[in-house]
This record gives sequence, structure tokens and C-alpha cells, in this order.
Amino acid sequence: MADTVRTYTRKIGLPRLIISALFIAVCIAAVIMKQDFRLLVSDVLRRFGMFGILALAMIPAIQSGTGPNFALPIGVICGLLGGLIAIELKLTSAILGYGFIPAILISLPFAILAGYIYGRLLNKIKGSEMLVATYTGFSIVSFMQIGWVMLPFKHPEMIWPIGKGLRVTIALDSTYGKVLNNLWAFKIKGANIPTGLLLFFFGSCFLLWVFSRSKTGIALNISGDNPKFAAASGIDVDKNRILGMVLSTVIAAVGIIVYSQSYGYIQLYMDPLYMAFPAVAAVLIGGASTKKAKISHAIIGVFLFQGILVVALPVANDMIPEGNLSEVLRMIVQNAIILYALTKVGGGD
Amino acid sequence: MLNNIKQEVKKYYSPSTIKRFMVDSSVPLLFIVVCLLGVYYSKLPAVFIVDTLLERITRNLFLVLALIIPVIAGLGLNFGIVIGAMAGQFAILMVKHFGIGGFPGFMLCIAISTPIAMLFGLMTARLMNKTKGQEMISSMIAGFFANGVYQFILLFLVGTLIPIKNDILVLANGVGVRNTIDLSRNGNLTYSLDNLLKLPLFQVLAAAAVIALLAMVADYHIKKRGKKASSIIQYGFKALVCLAVLVTSIAVLTSKSPVRNVKLPIVTTMVIAGLCIFNSIILKTKLGQDLRTVGQDMHIAKISGINVDRTREIAIIISTIFAAWGQIIFMQNIGTLATYGSHVQIATFSIAAILLGGASVSRATNGQAILGVILFHTLFIVSPKAGNNIFGEAQIGEFFRAFVAYGVIGVALGLHAWRKTMGGRKKKTTVVSE
Amino acid sequence: MKKEAVLQMKNIEKAYYGNKVLKNISLSVKAGEIHALLGENGAGKSTLMNILFGMPVIHSTGGFSGEVRLNDEIVEIKSPFDAMKLGIGMVHQEFMLIPDFTITENIKVNRETTTPNFISRTFKSKRLETLDHRAMDSDARKALDTLGMGIDEWTKVAGLPIGYMQFIEIAREIDKSGIKLLVFDEPTAVLTEGEADNLIAAIKGLAAKGIGILFITHRLEEVLQAADNITILRDGELVATRKKKETSVIELAELMVGRKIQILNKSGANNGGTDQREKAIEIKNLEVKMPGEAVKGIDLDVYKGEILGIGGLAGQGKIGIANGIMGLYESTGEVLINGQNLVLNDTKGSLRAGIAFVSEDRRGVGLLLDASIEYNIAVTTLQVKNKFLKRYGFFKQIDGRGVRQHAQQLIKDLDIRCSGSQQLTRQLSGGNQQKVCIARALTLEPNVLLVSEPTRGIDIGAKKLVLDLLLKLNKELGMTIIMTSSELVELRSICDRIVIISDGGIEGILPPEAEDREFGLMMAGEYKKLLGKEGM
Repeated sequence: MADTVRTYTRKIGLPRLIISALFIAVCIAAVIMKQDFRLLVSDVLRRFGMFGILALAMIPAIQSGTGPNFALPIGVICGLLGGLIAIELKLTSAILGYGFIPAILISLPFAILAGYIYGRLLNKIKGSEMLVATYTGFSIVSFMQIGWVMLPFKHPEMIWPIGKGLRVTIALDSTYGKVLNNLWAFKIKGANIPTGLLLFFFGSCFLLWVFSRSKTGIALNISGDNPKFAAASGIDVDKNRILGMVLSTVIAAVGIIVYSQSYGYIQLYMDPLYMAFPAVAAVLIGGASTKKAKISHAIIGVFLFQGILVVALPVANDMIPEGNLSEVLRMIVQNAIILYALTKVGGGD
Repeated sequence: MLNNIKQEVKKYYSPSTIKRFMVDSSVPLLFIVVCLLGVYYSKLPAVFIVDTLLERITRNLFLVLALIIPVIAGLGLNFGIVIGAMAGQFAILMVKHFGIGGFPGFMLCIAISTPIAMLFGLMTARLMNKTKGQEMISSMIAGFFANGVYQFILLFLVGTLIPIKNDILVLANGVGVRNTIDLSRNGNLTYSLDNLLKLPLFQVLAAAAVIALLAMVADYHIKKRGKKASSIIQYGFKALVCLAVLVTSIAVLTSKSPVRNVKLPIVTTMVIAGLCIFNSIILKTKLGQDLRTVGQDMHIAKISGINVDRTREIAIIISTIFAAWGQIIFMQNIGTLATYGSHVQIATFSIAAILLGGASVSRATNGQAILGVILFHTLFIVSPKAGNNIFGEAQIGEFFRAFVAYGVIGVALGLHAWRKTMGGRKKKTTVVSE
Repeated sequence: MKKEAVLQMKNIEKAYYGNKVLKNISLSVKAGEIHALLGENGAGKSTLMNILFGMPVIHSTGGFSGEVRLNDEIVEIKSPFDAMKLGIGMVHQEFMLIPDFTITENIKVNRETTTPNFISRTFKSKRLETLDHRAMDSDARKALDTLGMGIDEWTKVAGLPIGYMQFIEIAREIDKSGIKLLVFDEPTAVLTEGEADNLIAAIKGLAAKGIGILFITHRLEEVLQAADNITILRDGELVATRKKKETSVIELAELMVGRKIQILNKSGANNGGTDQREKAIEIKNLEVKMPGEAVKGIDLDVYKGEILGIGGLAGQGKIGIANGIMGLYESTGEVLINGQNLVLNDTKGSLRAGIAFVSEDRRGVGLLLDASIEYNIAVTTLQVKNKFLKRYGFFKQIDGRGVRQHAQQLIKDLDIRCSGSQQLTRQLSGGNQQKVCIARALTLEPNVLLVSEPTRGIDIGAKKLVLDLLLKLNKELGMTIIMTSSELVELRSICDRIVIISDGGIEGILPPEAEDREFGLMMAGEYKKLLGKEGM
């Protein structure tokens, strides 16, 4: 009996098990405290779609062997640039998704280029990717702070009325804010279902899945799984690592655009600084490790992680009205899970 | 004698070694130039710069020096000093609760923080022993995690599980510690170390230079009688530095510039000097040699019978304790504890500072720490003004210094990783100079 | 004058997981004696040394039987540290030196001389005592002088020539107080000839001071140059102990290699005279920069339909040949496949030219351990030949059904024991993993199959199955096979010709039924020197 429990535990993975238990616990607590479930379900679904693509960006990075992409802010910056330029050029007609589609298209060349350059960099520092990635991300974000002030944006909704540079938060009410969330949205028993958002997320997952079953996708996966095996099968490992990073950066760029439209604001300056950590934590919770990841890990992980945070929020506020317990909980869970994954990396070989 | 010097110049100061020196110290050299430009463009009065800089150096240097021992033990830059800082802040909160101020209050902070920091350090070290090869990112994430726990304790356990009734510390509703705590109220901790003794900086410098010169002459004569005569050039160089300090100090003192009135907190400076001495003395002991051996090659250390894990634990515990003390020194100078913010950035800033001084992941010295702190804080002081004067936007200067902090860490880590992949066994030395 | 035996090992037996690797070994080294321990890779030399040094690997696998005596006292050595305390020292093959430390610091690692100081007295801690650099330097000086090394003790090790590093290792061992026995593990492997001569002179000097020396090597000439007595191990058994005066290089070679062999390949494919036969591969002046297995220029023809064996001792370069042809390590020279020039350093090109490779590193290079059997089998062919792909609209996707059918066929053909084609390869036994590797290679439909160390780490029953399989592929499909192996018996049982590699070059080519001593001499690299000609 104990053995079967143990094998079962190993199969699901300790983090996923603990987080699932925690999720069920907060759900039960929510029932006991008679929380408004329609609101909770709407919220979970919204945040699931909002964070999903950012977590999905981890998958090609891990699969290609560069580890969780702690340099996610690079892609985020590209996405933000796309979003800003789309608004600046006033490509915000209804046909263009109020700027949503141009935002993605414009961000692509930035993301591809940035991902390529960064991928080449990562090939020179194999084995220490995670730490360097973190600080590359931090550096880019802090560098772009100067960029947000200096870049010649003129759109009155985006720049400070007095002074120089872009605003810290830019409202998207008049442009693509909530386009996906409201697309084909409907209500079941009062719970809002953001159909467009969910479709877009699952569509992205599907595309990535199709890619992973193509010849290139398989080569990418082998490169990460066992670089020596890949080399012996005539696969150029370094090229695939770069490809993985390009994909990850592109998905991150798309991810932040989806995130901003769902949130209703573009957030600049220091805001993207810690963007990578919840995304990394999500895929790890979903069952990924720093070396192996599947698309399902991103889906399950985001659902559990965001689910806990959403449900715990009102529960916690009922218990301790002051302070943001949910935020503290996020910090603890998120970093504990990353630490756990790090202890599983093994002696750095 | 002249021949000796010539030979030595040939041996140690050939064009190739000079070139290597330039490459090795490219980071500090670059930032010395950047700082000088910043000072020039900021157009700030010298007295302001010197005074502020001095305060910032004495405030921050102890924390930066806490980074050195883990580097020697091969653990890299200890991002976990944040955790030590939290231990320091726990102690400060407790002392505030007891309402003890002044120097006794300060010493009580030190006493309380030490066991807490030891425990935190041990836990961090255990984690780092489990994540060999990924120590730095582990210590960084551990810092984030600890911050979560820290907030949980202070925001939600204080007043509920931990019964504390104290209007100054606890929020109005009785649960959670306040966001900012004024250290000068209810037992004054502000400047409790700095104000013990303050003397004019340039008088102290002049006196120190004279003493150093005398000591050097004595030392030279004693060594000369022994077999190994030390390098004449090194003596000459040191003597020149001392002379330069002496002359500058006298020049400042005789001038009417307000700079001559800048005062140095003597006790704080002595505490910092004490840590510098500790860092170099520890290397002369068996423990220090073990730390170096472990830092150079864990495998060899292990088969030679050194308890590698224990040695690494000692390194991190020492560093964490110093970080706690460093944070207390920091806070007594600042005077206001931002309960949830004061510690968050100290690892990033301290590490950026030591890297600016020319340290790397595998090599760090007292000298680099001192130079780095000077450069980093100069940059901090002048960049908003310089940004304003150059770009017409003070923000740009602020953003620039944030970028420098993150960027220099990113570049240092990247270079280290690059050398590790490329060089294989070509490791750099890890010796504290002097 | 009868000298006392420093070390006696009596009736040593050791088994790993029921597999006996040492059978009743006895060995005795007297004070001042240089005793050589001779044997092929896998003969049991390192296991014997692991026992002597109390390595954890011995104790974690159930210990050993027999007794070890030092100066006629039974000792129990539980850790390398115990061995050190008892006065047994080891000079490692790969240097255990810290480059950035001075020679003194390296000699004194964790044995530093210290003097108490105020703080160490207060805390009663030895670790806080001050280092006594002067005493340490003078100790180091003494050890270096014993070896006749003039180099300054405060020089940093980084940048010293390899020969010096070896001497520093020795200096460290003799600096340990009461050293009685010093073990040299293939000390000359990395040295130039001049350095090796110096080393042997130094070893003789140490022996003259009364230290017992155990000298592990496979260089026969050196053995006769240095040793007083020689013990030869083969397959975990003690074959013979000889006095230097009573033996010769040829006898030693024979003793090292000789054993009964069973020739499975009875067709005698090479009876047709090799000259007229078509060449499958021509290798001209191939050099491969594979670390530890460098190939330093070989010329070799491989004929169609033969099984060519490549043998030799570890580290001589035999492994490098196949890896070089496959483009896995940087190589230069010329390789012709069926008369067509092969572009070197291009793995994909080599695979497309019809060469398939089963790597010596099965778990590291040969398999995706966390992927299914079917995926492992198909994936290389998918990448190289665009097979197993199916078109869906714009996308080409992996053809799951095709992969499975193909894998199931091969599982049946090669008799891979598994729970199904979707089982992960990590869960398979070594022999079945090897079959999956072969299946992957066969899926490429190669003209030439390169197989390296096909039976390493496989139990005996499975070994036979793998060899039979190779033979069957050769006989039934006419596949040309180049098999690289450290196990001579295996090569002789199925190959048509056997090339012996020594020091990165071809020492000679022998038929499987050639005499033991010829193989032995070639493996030891003495064949050309002794007989002044190449084999065959």
C-alpha cells in the first residue's frame, strides 16, 4: 500500500500534489465561508487565460535545453513595444481587433531578433543559463526604463501630459483592452466565460503542439532531452537552442499583449521586472522540471497556481482583513516551488 | 638598488602584464571615468558629494564586505545576504519593542541578530549544499522566498499568534507591523554607532597616512635584515599613495573649503576596518585554507578529508551574520526602518558595488569592496543631477544607475559562465589582497 | 637478507551484485620492492586498489572477503582516509592538484602545519590555528629534494609541465609521515619518454629508501625496466607472479591476454584473399581529436561484407575511430565510402552516406532514456531521411502509427524484451537497451554499421545474444560491420580481422586465430619494436 502511494506520488510529482491539495483546501474553505462562486469561477478563468500564454513561453525554452526562461522580460519588452507602436500608429480599427492584431504582428520581428541574439548568447554559457537569464531580464527591463522616456512616442493617451516619456500605466479602454475577454463571452449561471481569451490560449497551445510533432519540433525536443544523442543523430543542437529561445521570446511577446488586453492596461517601467517568476513557478507546479516540460504542464500549472491565488484571496481577506495575504502566499508558493526544482537539478553537469 | 628596481620592472611590469592589468580592471577603470564625468556634469558642490559619499560608504561597506568569504569558498556572490538583513531587522524590531536606545540598544540588536542569523545562514547553506553548481540562483530565490515568509510573520502573525501590543510597532488594528518605523522614537537607535565619536575626516586621514608611513619604514628595515627583501616597487607605490593622501589632506585642511569640516564616524570606521582585518586574517588560519581549498576544487578537498559541506556552511553562516550586523549598521544610519522594503534591494546593490570594484564571481578582495562602494555610491549621488543637466530629465540618471546595478551583475555573471564553459579548468585565484 | 613484507593481500574475493570480479587474489609487497601489477582493462586491477584504499564503492556493495595485512598486522581499511593514516599513498593518474595553489599548498592540502594562537586557544579549535608557512615550506622543500627537484616550493602549480605535476603528487605522498606503501596508477600514461625515465628513476630511489611500491601499468617494457616482481591479473583471477629475471616481454604479453576463445564466425569470410575484394570504407591518415581517445593518423581499408574488429587498451584511440568517422569529434584526413569521398565533421552527412553508429556510451549518447522504445528507434531516421512523417494540410507530423508498426516489427525481430513499444528505455535492462540502439541503427538501413563496445555493462547471457545478432546481420544481410571493443575475446569470437590500436595508430592487424602473445604484444604497443614489422 505504502509503495503504491509512493509510486503514485512520484508519478504526479510532489509539488503538483501539494499544490493540488492546497487548492482543494482553499476551495473547501471558500465553500464553508460561502464565497460567491460565480465571481470566483469568472476570476479563475480570466486569470487562467491571462497568464497562460506567458507560462506557455517556458515550454519551448525548457524543451530545447536552455531551462526555464528567466529572461522572459525580453519577450515581454518586445510585446510591449508592439502594443505601443500599434497604438502610436493608430492601427486600432475594429477589423484589426482594435490594435490587438497589429500589436502582435509588430512585436514579432522584435521578438525574433531579440530571441535570436539572446539564444546565441545562451549558447556561450551552457550550464549557467538560469542565473544569467534572470539578470539579463533585469538588465533589459532597467535599460528600457530609459527607453520609455527617450523613445519618440507622441500619442496623447500614452505620454505624460507634462514632462517627458511614456506613462507608467497606459489604459487600453479606447483600444484593444478586453478585446479577447469580451469576444463571444457569455454567462453560465452568472459566471462569466471569456470565450475569446480561452480560445486564443488553447489555440496557442494547439499550434505549439502541432509544432512539437513536426520534424523541427522533434529535433528541438531531442536537443534538450539529450544533446549528445541529438548530435549523433545529425541534429545541430546549438541551432535548436536558439530556435527554442526565439519561440519562447515570441510567445512571451504575444503573452504580454494578451495579458495587457485582459488587464486593460499596459504597464511599463519596473513592472515587467519579476514577470518571469510566476510563469516559471506555474509550469513547475504543473509538473515540469528544469529539464523536461510538456504543454499540459503549462495548462495544469497555470490553472492550479492562479486558481489558488484567486480563491485564497477572499478567503484570506475574510480571515485577516488587513494586508494582502494572497500576495504573500504567491511569493511563498512561487519561490518555494522554484527552489524545490533547483534542488532537483543535480550537480551542475 | 636601481638595478634591482629595473629587474623588477622587467619581471613584473612588462607590457603584457600591464595589458592584463588593464583588461582585468577594465570594469573599475571604466566606472572611474563614468563617475568622474558624472561628478563633472552634476555640478554638485564638492562638500556635498564628499559628505554624502562618506555617509553612504560607512553605511554600506560592512554589508559589501560580508560578500567576500562565500566567494573564497567557491559559493559565488551570496544573494542570501538579504536573509541576513532580515535577521538584523527582526533584531531591530525586538529592540524597538523593548524600547532600548543608544549604544546599549545597538549592541542588543547585534546580540539578538547573531543567533537568528546563524540559524538562517545554516538553512541557506543547507539549501546551497543541495544545489551545488547553482548556488547563486538558489540563494537569490531563497531570498525571495524568505521575504515571503518574513512578510507573513510580520504582517499576519504579529498580533495574532505572536502577542505583541505596542502602538509604535503594530498597526492600529493590532495585527501586523507598521510599514515604517522611526528608529529615533522610543529609545533612540539612530546614529547609535555613528555618533559615538566623530572626527574631521581629513585630520584623521593625515594622521593615518603619517602612521602608515612610519610603519612602512619600520617594516622595511626589519624585513631587510631577514632573508626575503620584499619588492621595492610595492613599498614605493604604497609610500607614494600615503604621501598623496597626506599632501591632499594637508591641502584641504589649510584651504578654506567647507570640505575640511566633513566628519568621519570613527567607531563605525573601526568596525569596518575590523571586518577587513577579519577577512584577511581568517585566510591565514587552517579554516581559511580549507575555505580556499573547497573554493578551488571541491573534489580534491573531499578526498583530502576536508568536510566540504560543513566548510561551505561555515562560510555562509559567517556571511549571513555579517549581513545581519551590516544591516543594523545601515539602519542606525538611515534612522527609519521600512519594514517591508529596507532589505529587499541590499543584495543587488551590494553585489553590484563589489563588482564595480573589479571583483568577479570567483575572486573578491577587501580593496575591490572599498573601491566598488565608492564608485557605486558616487554614481548614486551624481547620476540624477547629471541626468538632469545632460538630458534635461533627472529620471534618466536614476534609471541609468538602476541599469548599471543590474547590468554589471548580468555582465559579471555572463562572463563567469562564459569562462566556465570555455576555459574548463582555468580558474581564477581567490585570494584577499594584503 | 629477508625483508619484511609491507603489504600482504590474501585470498581476496569480491563480487558486484553476484558477479565475481575478483577470485582468490593474493599479493605481497616487501619493503623496498617495486611490484608491478599487470592486466588488461577490466582484469580487476582497479577493484583490487579500491579494496586497498577502502573506497566507498566497495563497502556500499557488500564489502569483500579475504584479509589485508600491513607489516604483518591485519588491518581494516574503511575509507581512503584510513588508508592514508596507515601509510598507504596513491599517485593518481589524473592529477589531484589545485592549479592556483603553490606547490607547498598542494603538498600540504588538509595536512597544514599550524600553530595555536590566542583565538584558537580561546575556542579550543584546531581549525582556527594559524598556518605555519615557514614549517610547511621547509617540509615541502625536503620532499622535493628527496625527489631531486630543484623547483621553488612557492611556485604556483598552474602552467607547470605535466612531468612536474606528477612529481608534486609524489612529493605530497612522501611528505605524509610514515608512508610505507606507495601505489602508482599508470603513472607514465601521460608522460613523455624522457619524463617517464625520470619518474622510474625517482621510483627506484624511493624504493631504495625502504618504501614498498605497487606499480600499475600495461606498458610491458617499463615493467621490466622498473619492477622487481610482477603479478598478472586476468578476468579477476591471478594468472601468475613472476620475478623480473625469469620472464620476458613475450611471456608477459601471453599471460596478460591468453585465454580460451570460442570462434563463432566459422564461415571464414576472409579466405578469399583480401586484395580482390571490394572496399566498403577506405580511411586515409585519419586524425581525431577525441579527448582521452585521440587518433593520430591511421590508414585502414574495410572490405564489404566483413566484420572488422578494432581492439586495444583504453585510452589508446580505438574508440576515436568510429566517433571520428561519424563526425562527433573534430577530425582530419580522408574517408571514402564505396569510393565516394565523405565530408568529415558532418554527422548528418555520415548518416546519409549509409553509415550507422551504435555508440560506446549507451546511456549517454545512444538513448533518450525518458522516451519510449518506438520513439528512440524511429527518431534518427525521421531526422535524417524524413521518414515516418505524414502530411496534414500544411503541416508534416510524426506518423505515430507508422512508428509503432516499425518498432513492433523490430522488437520481434531482435527479440527485445519489453512490456511494449511504448515502454521507456530507462526501464530496460542493459542488453535490451543495446538492442534498441542497434534497432535504431538498423532503421537507417545502413550499408556499414559501426558498433562500439556493444557488450559493455551487459550480463553474460545478453552478451552472447548481442554478438549473435551482429553475426546474423552480417551473414544474412551482408552488412559490413566495424566493431570496436575492449574485450579481445569478443572480437576474436566474431570478427574476420582484428586491428589493434596503440597510441593512436595501428599497431597491427591479426586474424582471430592468431596467437595470444601476438595480441598481447600489440596491445602493449611492443609488437613493432620487438618484431620490427607490422602484423599481417
